[in-house]
Amino acid sequence: MSRNPTRLAPLVVLVVLALLPYSTLQVPGLFDGVLNSPGTLQLIALCLVFGGVALSYDLLFGFTGLLSFGHALYFAAGTYVANLALTELGLGLGAALALTTVVGVVLPLLVGGVALRVSGIAFSMVTLATAQVGSIIVLQDPGGLTGGEEGLAVAREPVPDVFIGVFNTVNKYWLALAYLALVYLVVTLLTRSRAGRVWAAIRENERRVEVLGLKPYPFKLLAFVLAGLLATLGGVVHLLLLGGSTPRVTTTDFTLSLLVMVVLGGAGSRWGAVLGGVLYTYLDSRLTDLAQSPAVQDLPAWLRVPLSEPLFILGALFVVVVFFFPGGIAGLVARLRERRAGRRPGTTPPPDGTTVPGRAVEQLREAAGRGVGVGAGQPRDGV
Amino acid sequence: MSTVVLLTVTGLGLAALYFLVASGLSLIFGLMGVLNFAHGAFLTIGAYGTWWAAENIPGAGATGWGFVYAVAFGVAVGTLVAAVVELTLIRPLYERHIEQVLVTVGLSLALVALVRAVWGADPRPFPRPELARGTTSLLGANVPNDRFLLIATAIVVLVAVLAFLRFTRFGLVIRAGVENRTMVTALGIDVRRAFTLVFAIGGAFAALAGALGGIYLGSISPGQGTSLLIFAFIVVVIGGMSSITGTAVAAVLVGLVQQFANYYAASGVGDLSVVLLLAVVLLTRPGGLTARLA
Amino acid sequence: MSERPPLLRLADVHVRLSGSHILQGVDLTVRRGGVTALLGRNGAGKTTTVKSVLGLVPSSGTIEFTGGDGRTHRLQGRRTHEVVRLGIGYAPEDREVFGGLTVAENLTLAERRDSAHHHDRVYDLFPELEQRSRQLAGTLSGGQQQMVAIARLLLNDNQLLLVDEPTKGLAPLLVAEVADVLARAAEEVTILLVEQNLTVVRRMATDAVVVDQGRVVWAGSAPELLADPDRTRELLGVAPSGGAHTGSERASSPTTEQHVRSRRSSAGEAGA
Ligand SMILES: Nc1ncnc2c1ncn2[C@@H]1O[C@H](COP(=O)(O)OP(=O)(O)OP(=O)(O)O)[C@@H](O)[C@H]1O
Ligand SMILES: [Mg+2]
Repeated sequence: MSRNPTRLAPLVVLVVLALLPYSTLQVPGLFDGVLNSPGTLQLIALCLVFGGVALSYDLLFGFTGLLSFGHALYFAAGTYVANLALTELGLGLGAALALTTVVGVVLPLLVGGVALRVSGIAFSMVTLATAQVGSIIVLQDPGGLTGGEEGLAVAREPVPDVFIGVFNTVNKYWLALAYLALVYLVVTLLTRSRAGRVWAAIRENERRVEVLGLKPYPFKLLAFVLAGLLATLGGVVHLLLLGGSTPRVTTTDFTLSLLVMVVLGGAGSRWGAVLGGVLYTYLDSRLTDLAQSPAVQDLPAWLRVPLSEPLFILGALFVVVVFFFPGGIAGLVARLRERRAGRRPGTTPPPDGTTVPGRAVEQLREAAGRGVGVGAGQPRDGV
Repeated sequence: MSTVVLLTVTGLGLAALYFLVASGLSLIFGLMGVLNFAHGAFLTIGAYGTWWAAENIPGAGATGWGFVYAVAFGVAVGTLVAAVVELTLIRPLYERHIEQVLVTVGLSLALVALVRAVWGADPRPFPRPELARGTTSLLGANVPNDRFLLIATAIVVLVAVLAFLRFTRFGLVIRAGVENRTMVTALGIDVRRAFTLVFAIGGAFAALAGALGGIYLGSISPGQGTSLLIFAFIVVVIGGMSSITGTAVAAVLVGLVQQFANYYAASGVGDLSVVLLLAVVLLTRPGGLTARLA
Repeated sequence: MSERPPLLRLADVHVRLSGSHILQGVDLTVRRGGVTALLGRNGAGKTTTVKSVLGLVPSSGTIEFTGGDGRTHRLQGRRTHEVVRLGIGYAPEDREVFGGLTVAENLTLAERRDSAHHHDRVYDLFPELEQRSRQLAGTLSGGQQQMVAIARLLLNDNQLLLVDEPTKGLAPLLVAEVADVLARAAEEVTILLVEQNLTVVRRMATDAVVVDQGRVVWAGSAPELLADPDRTRELLGVAPSGGAHTGSERASSPTTEQHVRSRRSSAGEAGA
């Protein structure tokens, strides 16, 4: 199994990314400056953060099948709570992080506790509405705390010097990378755990999970809280990276862009979601630059106008992906790989500890039959 | 007293807007199981279509019949876009609800961005026909006439939809389809034609809401549709997801709660109370107001 | 073994649903005229077979239907409404009448463009429905709802009727009435009948097909099958009784599922 090169891939990527700030490579077209210029590092760091946040959303949507429209709330809570703790309460970074972590557990616990009592579209709506509450509060600027539409700059004093200023961009970059690595590790461990198998089964067929004598509710709540917490931490990293909080991250559009990232990269795939987040953030930033470039400005109006809006291109790209590449980039790669291996789709043996799509409930049942793991509940349908 | 009257009528005016957006959403959701995020974009398109027609189409204008033509144009464009969206993007994904929702999400982002690319992100002043300009004295309160225009339009639409559902064959197919889509097809009926129809109807109402919302707010901006959409979603859920009468009742409830709380508590509290209302309704009656008791 | 031409033919039909392989190569032929009984224990795949014909579940293999004009149509790849418009009527297992519509609206909805509509015939068979035409179908008793479901079936001119357990949960008297109506209909139209009540099967079935675990395990003449108690017991888990009493023999062992089912249906009756 250790001969499988793809198992080492994340580690290789991590090492390459960690060493990247030592490179003065110029990548024409992709980045304006050399790789270790602050501007380029900042952009890549942003991509890495959103890669991590997208993966936290994938835990909900891709791995558990919960279509939340309110994931922005937890990310926003991360950046605003940490910001207020540093700026208003004057806490140190460690204390602020601790406080934010508590909020990052309690908030999704409360919201999820309510929202998960309903399912399907109603669940999506409750999450949408609660996230809207966050947006309203931030924009109302109660007591001048959140800065309203202007956003809120973080106070410099409580933040360690290593995270301040353009010269320290490389540290923020490593922080972003560490965050992504943490999320990746946590999600990997979680999806391979017993809970991960139950999540996969819930995504596939919640009713049959109940028939197995398991209550889906606590498992769904667990996924909701963990995903929320990971997103909250992402908010903190984002705060340090940007030196402030912006109300843009409270909006429904932000949640929707998380959804776009995950679907683009491949829902239910770890590296797919990360790649989706990275790609989306990169495109969003670069397309904005592109729109102002002379190359686009000289185009005829019917081409220039739509190209001047990154969201138009990303939205349209998203529709194309949903239509022609179900499974996103990860799905595409899987299909190409299978075609090259000459196998029929779906016949690739799964790596150890992974659930086979379409067979998660069966596997769960088999595991229960063998007496490992699932015997938590008694069958409830005895007549 | 006059404050209460003013707040009530204004709340009802807001409810009228919510109803116009939410009725289409609930028809689409009820029949097709699709939560249509592009609905806000239809609204924006209707608003900009009306505004554009009033400025550019001969015969159309900012007042009198000219404005009516302009609204008709905006509504026609909204209807057309909705129907085309259903035929080209929703229909091929028949019964794949998540993908359908995702497509509408992508559309909502892309269409609104397109409007922003063409006409800019800043609000545009919207024509204000004379009918909506003055105020009417009602029980001691001076109520702006545009509120009555909104309310009257919503009532006409409500009655028309109910009559359509009750007395036409398409209405029968839609009512049956909301209950059990599969069985409708098993009776030899091509239920997809009804899908296109409800999308077109929903698009028309959303576009109308866009035009009326422009009058009510005095200006239009690309993001307007999306912010109204969230409250319309809440109305749909409170109303029981697929009932027109339920949607109407929920719209009134939401509009009034929002107005009164925003006035008597603080700005923003109204919006929060609406979310609270949603939570309370869902926790006490998970199927919404019109859920049938088992 | 019969000279009648085939009307519906399934060959090597497979159905997979949410990871389970439910039909595993079903082969069966329904010949024009008469009643073909589709038998099998609970969960054998009878309902799924019927649904695969209508395209209500995705299937692989071959499903062919020979229309009145003698042309043979491949049914897969057609949408359900297109299959139905070839002249195939369907009464589903759980009746599935539209509870929020009146009886009359339920019938109006069922009117098909490709056929004449025989409201007279239907109200003739079920006078009760005419009296209750303005009542919401959801407030009808289970038996009355079954009448609506069968009325929908007989309203149009069809080549083939797919009837899934029409007597499920009905009182003996009503079982006999439903059987009467179907027997009369069978004089004009071919019926594929899923039925657990062997008395009803005995009364009208000309042919029988037995499925088990997603495969056809026996096909032949219905009287021949029922005349052989050992074989019937082996295939269906119950022996056919020779008597003429109705509604007592069920072609399966009393499983948990059946308990649930009979409780459900009695609750339905109580609602009337
Ligand atoms: N949508 C589905 N997903 C997964 N399994 C299904 C689905 N529908 C049916 N099944 C399974 O397929 C098998 C056959 O079901 P089917 O309804 O065809 O049986 P049946 O012969 O009609 O039984 P009964 O006599 O109880 O009506 C059953 O084991 C059932 O649990
Ligand atoms: Mg059955």
